[in-house]
Amino acid sequence: MKTIELNASVTASNDADADAIRMEMKAKGTLLVNLMSSPGSGKTTLLSRIIKDLKDEKKIGVMEADIASDVDAIRVEEAGARSIQAHTDGMCHMDAGMTRRAMEAMGTEELDLVFLENVGNLICPAEFDTGAGKNIMILSVPEGDDKPLKYPLMFEKSDALVITKMDTKGYFDFDLAKCTERVKRLNENIEIFPVSAKTGEGMNELEAWLSDQVSQWKA
Amino acid sequence: MGIVTHLAKTLDETAKENGLIRIGSVTLQVGEVSGIITDMFEDCWDYFKVRYPVIKDSKLILEQVPAVTWCDSCKKEYETVKYGRQCPYCHSAETWLLRGNECIIKEIEAEGGQD
Repeated sequence: MKTIELNASVTASNDADADAIRMEMKAKGTLLVNLMSSPGSGKTTLLSRIIKDLKDEKKIGVMEADIASDVDAIRVEEAGARSIQAHTDGMCHMDAGMTRRAMEAMGTEELDLVFLENVGNLICPAEFDTGAGKNIMILSVPEGDDKPLKYPLMFEKSDALVITKMDTKGYFDFDLAKCTERVKRLNENIEIFPVSAKTGEGMNELEAWLSDQVSQWKA
Repeated sequence: MGIVTHLAKTLDETAKENGLIRIGSVTLQVGEVSGIITDMFEDCWDYFKVRYPVIKDSKLILEQVPAVTWCDSCKKEYETVKYGRQCPYCHSAETWLLRGNECIIKEIEAEGGQD
């Protein structure tokens, strides 16, 4: 038995893969957005709404990462986007290699915006770079304003935080000001969008920001 | 758990690239504030390693790296876990984590491959 020194970060090979994906997507002018959240935060409902609102001006693709089943892919396709269901075979997150295979299977040609709906989990997806140009975290009102204290890494890694189900705020003790303060302490550059996909509240601001990100990515 | 599955995959690939037959042990340096819970990590490791023949009998050795924060205002280092984000010397919040967030494969003990 001999000793081999490696001194490599466990995620080093994934990070290199992710950087390669980002460069390729930049060259193609397609913005890949990684959506991360807990299960049941309203990712698919939010996506369906964004697709309906933006489909006339942007070509959108969606990769639904799920441990099994294809119920989400069917929902976003009905909203008007190209989609694929990526099964992670029991894994709790998408890594760069899986993201690449899913994009190849779906075909990203001529798309302006590709959403990766990551597995509903606030821990592992934050540790693995998928190669996305932008990372968005979704937090729903019923989950509570103390989530930033429990899962700091996810908030640190995200470019934007979308707070969903704002229409239910009256039923829960959700303090938006306190939540904002906690999030900004972890990540002062993060953009925060309180929305309701049901009533449409805040959707204009979020969609304008997304369109802007696509333009900047293509520049 | 994501880290464990990725580690197993990385080691399996490393073994294939270098013609290793068996990996006897893996030494990881784990930061104090990396979010890795060591006994859960070990349980996950024992569960996953059997999927890859080359590491099925591997021993996992975890070395903890203490977390150290650097204060940009008074240019001093301090223990992260004890004092948090605020510098204990000058109470500034302009502080950065120097070490303690890593998960590094330091070395492996293996049989086979070229010397």
